[in-house]
Amino acid sequence: MFAVAMIAILICMALLISKAFTADSVFDRILVINSFGTKTVLLIAVLGFLSGRPDFLDLALLYALMNFIGTIGVLRFTRYGDLSSMDQDTTQKPDGVEWL
Amino acid sequence: MIDILLFAFLMLTALGILRLRDLFAAAMLSSLFSLLAASLFMVMDAVDVAFTEAAVGAGISTILMLATLAITKRQEKARKRQLRPGPALLVLACGAMLIYGTLDMPHFGTADAPVHTYLAPRYLEVSPIEVGPPNIVTSVLASYRGYDTFGETTVVFAAAVGVLLLLGGRRRFRDAGWDITMGVDLREVQEIVARRQEGLKLPEGDP
Repeated sequence: MFAVAMIAILICMALLISKAFTADSVFDRILVINSFGTKTVLLIAVLGFLSGRPDFLDLALLYALMNFIGTIGVLRFTRYGDLSSMDQDTTQKPDGVEWL
Repeated sequence: MIDILLFAFLMLTALGILRLRDLFAAAMLSSLFSLLAASLFMVMDAVDVAFTEAAVGAGISTILMLATLAITKRQEKARKRQLRPGPALLVLACGAMLIYGTLDMPHFGTADAPVHTYLAPRYLEVSPIEVGPPNIVTSVLASYRGYDTFGETTVVFAAAVGVLLLLGGRRRFRDAGWDITMGVDLREVQEIVARRQEGLKLPEGDP
């Protein structure tokens, strides 16, 4: 059961890597990284049950949290080109991905 | 089995990073590389290393690379790619030597490896009495290797301060109207140019 789930996750990882090579827009790549982070979370969770020691499930939660924050950070960068522009300061890079 | 597949993914990703000209995509792929490496560490039961790899590799260093990209350009400069035999041979020789060095090491997971027989049993037996925390890794890092951890933290802090100065300082100067490379107040120059265009006389003392 868990072995099948693991195989499915690994196949998903392979598909995502191939997509990361061939993606043609910035947001596709960000999406690939985000869902790859999700695959990592799943891999950790399934791996725990596969090896009979599901002690690291909370670590998987932590990965999910970090993945979320990382994606937000990357998206901020594509929008503002900076992390510290917390206000509605869109004067410098108003049109998002133009700097890219 | 899982680790071999993950290794194959790692190599694929590394080759992809080498081939790509688009630096944003390369930054994203290096984040993917870190996530893969973290999974691999996880499979090898090194959860703390895996978490550090994921946090630093996939999180912070991706952000830092993007910050660098925001300052520079997105595309790598096109130049001819050709295989130069000298460096390639050197790299291959280094790799062969490293692999030769691993032949002496005990196999992964061996119970009677020196790592498991030297200090680890003592930590396992005495650390709950000597230090206290139920997590032995914590007591090793925070107590037995306290100075080491302190040094590492200092190094990481210094690196973070340096990077923040490099990335954040430039922006502050730019916001204040100063171009850091020229040392000239840009607003003043713009004012002078504007006045000149309006046909007004320059005030005395201005260049």
